Amino acid sequence: MTSLILRTATNYLIELLLLFSVFLLLRGHNEPGGGFVGGLAASAAFVLYTIAFDVQSARQLLRVEPHNLIGAGLMIALASGLVGLLLGKSFLTGAWVKWNVLGTLEVELGTPLFFDIGVYLVVLGITLLIIFSLFEE
Amino acid sequence: MCRLFFLPGATKKRTLSSELHNLTDARIVIVAPDSTILASSETADLGLVGTRFSDAAVTQALAGQTAQGIGPGLVAETDQNRADKQPMELILAVLVGFGAAIVAPSLSQLTHKWSGAILALLPLGLTLYFLNLIPLVANGTPVTASIAWVPALGIQLSFYADGLSLLFAVLISGIGAVVILYSSSYLQEHPELGRFYFFILVFMASMLGVVLADNLLLLFIFWELTSISSYFLIGLEHEREPARAAALQALLVTGLGGIALLGGLLLIGQLGGSLEFSALTSGEVNLRSSALYIPILLLVLGGAFTKSAQFPFHFWLPNAMQAPTPVSAYLHSATMVKAGVYLLARLSPMLAGTEWWRWIVEPVGMFTMLLGAYLALQKTDLKQILAYSTVSALGLLMLMLGIGGKLAIEAALVFLLAHALYKGTLFLVAGAIDHETGTRDVRELGGLRLAMPLTAGTALLAALSMAGVPLFLGFIGKELVYEATLDATAEILLTGAVFVTGVLFVAIALIVGYAPFFTARMETPQHPHEAPTAMILGPALLALLGLGLGIFPNAFDAALLASATSAVWGAPLTVKLALWHGITPMLVLSALTIAGGLLVYWLRHAARRVLAPLQTLSRVGPARGYDFALRGLNWAAAAQTRVLQSGYLRHYLMIIIAALVALTGYTLWSHAGLTLSFQNFDLRFYEAGLAVLILLAILTVTTTSSRLTAIAALGVVGYSVALIFLLYGAPDLAMTQFLIETLTVILFVLMFYHLPRFATLTPRRERARDMIVAALGGGLMTALALIGIGVEHDKTVSTFFAENSVVLAHGRNIVNVILVDFRALDTLGEITVLAVAAIGVFALLKLRLAPRQDKDKK
Repeated sequence: MTSLILRTATNYLIELLLLFSVFLLLRGHNEPGGGFVGGLAASAAFVLYTIAFDVQSARQLLRVEPHNLIGAGLMIALASGLVGLLLGKSFLTGAWVKWNVLGTLEVELGTPLFFDIGVYLVVLGITLLIIFSLFEE
Repeated sequence: MCRLFFLPGATKKRTLSSELHNLTDARIVIVAPDSTILASSETADLGLVGTRFSDAAVTQALAGQTAQGIGPGLVAETDQNRADKQPMELILAVLVGFGAAIVAPSLSQLTHKWSGAILALLPLGLTLYFLNLIPLVANGTPVTASIAWVPALGIQLSFYADGLSLLFAVLISGIGAVVILYSSSYLQEHPELGRFYFFILVFMASMLGVVLADNLLLLFIFWELTSISSYFLIGLEHEREPARAAALQALLVTGLGGIALLGGLLLIGQLGGSLEFSALTSGEVNLRSSALYIPILLLVLGGAFTKSAQFPFHFWLPNAMQAPTPVSAYLHSATMVKAGVYLLARLSPMLAGTEWWRWIVEPVGMFTMLLGAYLALQKTDLKQILAYSTVSALGLLMLMLGIGGKLAIEAALVFLLAHALYKGTLFLVAGAIDHETGTRDVRELGGLRLAMPLTAGTALLAALSMAGVPLFLGFIGKELVYEATLDATAEILLTGAVFVTGVLFVAIALIVGYAPFFTARMETPQHPHEAPTAMILGPALLALLGLGLGIFPNAFDAALLASATSAVWGAPLTVKLALWHGITPMLVLSALTIAGGLLVYWLRHAARRVLAPLQTLSRVGPARGYDFALRGLNWAAAAQTRVLQSGYLRHYLMIIIAALVALTGYTLWSHAGLTLSFQNFDLRFYEAGLAVLILLAILTVTTTSSRLTAIAALGVVGYSVALIFLLYGAPDLAMTQFLIETLTVILFVLMFYHLPRFATLTPRRERARDMIVAALGGGLMTALALIGIGVEHDKTVSTFFAENSVVLAHGRNIVNVILVDFRALDTLGEITVLAVAAIGVFALLKLRLAPRQDKDKK
C-alpha cells in the first residue's frame, strides 16, 4: 500500500502519537493513562508507520529489536521492585523522592514510575514483535 | 570467651530439659552461686548425647546441685567464639560454590589456561576449612549454623557439621579440587569448558549442602540440585544422542527417587514434630513403632537406592559414563552416588535396626554388590569396568548399613573413604589413558609404564588399595568388612558374598590398574606420552593418601571416624584402627581373597567366556523396564493428546463455552437461584442506541459473507463497548479498549490475508448446534450480569484503595496506582506471562515459516 497522503501525514502523526504515548505514560499516576495504555498508543504509532511504509522502515525507526524491548521492560520493572528490597522493605514497595524545581513546581519521582516504564516497554515490545512478524509473513 | 547461661527457678525436670534442648553448642556446667565450677560435662560424664542433653544428664545435673545444697538451677556454658563466629562461615562455605559457579564461565574465557588452577583454589580452601573443623566436632559437639529462609514453610538455611558430615564434606571438597584441576587439562580443548566449570561448581556446592544440611527440606533441595547438575554434566556433549539419553535416564531415575524421598522426609517431619535432623535424632518420637514406619522406610529407601544405583535402579550409573571422565570420577564414583549412603547413614539412628530395614537393605545391597562385580568383570571398556565396580562398592556399603551395629558402621565409613580415594584415582587414570592413547579398551592396552611412568605408579597404588593389600587403607576397610559380616546374623552367607566380591575386586583392580601398564607393550591409536602435570598431581595425591592413611590410620580414627561412627550409631563410640591385629580369621580371609583374585585375573579371559551366557539375562533386566516405561509414557502422552487436542480452535471454544455454561449454570441454579433484578433501569436514549448498534453489528458479523465486513463489524462492537465504559465513568478502561480494538482489527486483517477464500463449509446441523451453544453462553453472561447488579459488594478493599491512593502511593489515579503499586506483583506476573505468550506466538509464526523454506530448496 503506497499512499503519498498517508505517508506524508504519518511522518507528522507518528511524532505526535509517540509524544502522546509518553504523555499518557507520565500522567498515568494521577490522571487516566499509564504504562499499558501508553505502550499500546506507541504500538499503534509504529503500526501506522508500518502500514504507511513497510516493516523494514518501521524496524529502522524503532532501532532496537522488539524482543529486546520486552527483556529491557521486564528488567526495569524488576529492578524498580528491588529498590524496595534494598531499602529494607518488601519487594515492590514504592520509594519516592521529592524536590522543588525552580522553587515553585514540586516534582515527585517514585519507583512506580519506573515500573510503569517497564510495563510500557513490555507492551510495546510484545505488540510489535507479533505485528512485525505477521507483516513479514 | 565464655558466656554463662543461668537457668534459674526451673524446678521441674521437664521444663529444664526442654530449655536445655534448645541450647546448642553448650556443655553443662554445674556451678555454685559464687561461680566456682563444681562439675563439668568435660570432666565428668553427664551422659551427653550428641549436641543435646539427654533427660538423664539433666536429672543427674539437678541431683548434683541438690546434693551440693545449691538448689535447682543449671548453667550451660557455651563457647561464644564458636556460637557467634562459626555459623556464618559454615553457611558461607556451602553457598560460596554457587557464587563461584556464576563467575567461572567468564573466568575461563578470561584466562583459559589458568582458570582451572584458580578455580581449584576454592575447593582446596574449603577442604582446609572443613579439616580445621574436625577437632571442634571430635568431642561430640557439632558445629551448627542457621538463618531463617522461608519461615512460613519451616525451611531454614540450617547447617550441621558433625563427624559424618565432615567426612563427606572433606571428600567432596578435596576430590573437587583434584577434579577441577584435572579437568582444566583434560577438557582444555573442549568448547563447553565454561559451562562445565559452572555445573561442576554448582554440583559441588549442592553436594556440600546435602551432607551439611540440618533441615530435611533443605537437604531435599540440595539433593535435587545434585540430580540436575548431574543431568547437565552427563549431557555436556549434548550433540551426541547417547549422552542426551543417558543424562535423561539418570535424571528420571534419580528424580523419581527424589520425589519418593520428599514424601518420606515430610512424613518424618510430621511425625517427629521438627524438620531439623538435630532435633529429630535427639527427639522422643520413636519412628520405628509408628504405623507410618513402613511407608517412611520405603519412601526413603526409594530415594537412597535410586541415587546410589542399587538394584533394580543400578542401570543408570554405567550409562552415565557418557559424561566426561572427570565428571564420572567425581559424581558417579566418589561423591554423588554416595549421597544415598549418606542419607541412610544419617537416618540410621531413627530408622535402622528393624526387621524391615534388615530384610530390605541387606539383600538389595548384597545382590547389587555381586551383580556389579560380576558385570564389571564382563566389560572391557575401562570406564564401564569402573562403573560396575562402583555399583558393586555401593552395594557393599548398603549391605554394611543394612547389617548396622558398631562394627558394620565403622567398616562402611572406612571402606567409603578408601573407595573414594582409590576409585577416584582409577577413574582419573582411566581418563589419562584415554586422553593419551585414544582408547579405553583393556584388550588394546599394555606396557604403558614406559611411556607414562608416573601415571602407572599412581594407578598401581590405587589398584593395590582396591585389592586390599596390607599397608593400604583398602586393606583396613576389607578387614573391617569381614569382621562385620562374621559378626552378623547370616554370617556364612554374607561373608561368602563379600568374599566373592572381594576376589572379583582384586581381579578388577589388576585389570584396570596393573594390566594396561605392566603387561607387554601394545600398539594404541595414539602414541602415548606422560599425562600433563595437572592430570597426575591430583590422582597421585589421592593414591598416596590411600597409602598414608593405611599406614597411619590413627591420623583420622579418633578425631573424624569416631565422631562419624557415633553420628550413625546414635551414641558416642570410640574407634581405634590398626593395620595389624595378629592372625585373625579376617586376615586369613584377606589372604585368601588376594590369592583368589590373582587366580581370577590369571583366568580372566576364560572367566569372561564361561560367565558370558549369564549376560543374556540382561534382556529382561530393569534397564528394559525403563525403556518400556519411557516408551509407554510417550505413547500415553501422544494418545491423550490425539483424543483431547483436536487442533481446531472451534472445538476448543465449544468445549470451553459448554463447560462454562454447564458448571456455572448449575452453580447458579443450585445456589443463587435465578432471581434477576431489573430495578434501577432508567435507560437513556444514547445508551439504548449503543445497545441497538451492538446488536446490529453482531448480526452483521454472523451473517456476512465477507471477512472484512465481519472484522469491521467486530470493531464496531468493541468501540461501542468502549463507549459504554466511557459513559459509566471508566476512562482508563475505555482508552485501553479503544487502542486494543484498533490493534486487534489490524491483527485480524493481517491474519485473514493468509486464510483461504470465504466459504460456508459447516453443514446446517452443526451450525444449529453452534447457535445453541452460543445462545447458551450469551444467556449465561446476561444472567450473570443481571444477578451481579443486585449483589451487595464488600467495600473494604475498594475503600482502602480510595483512601490510601494519595497518602501511601502518591497518586490520584486509583486504577493506575493499583496496577503499579498496590498490586504491582500481579502486574509483574502479568507482563511476564505476556512476554512468554509473545515468545510463543513468535515461535509459532517462525515455525510455520521453516517448512516452507525447505520446500523452496527442493
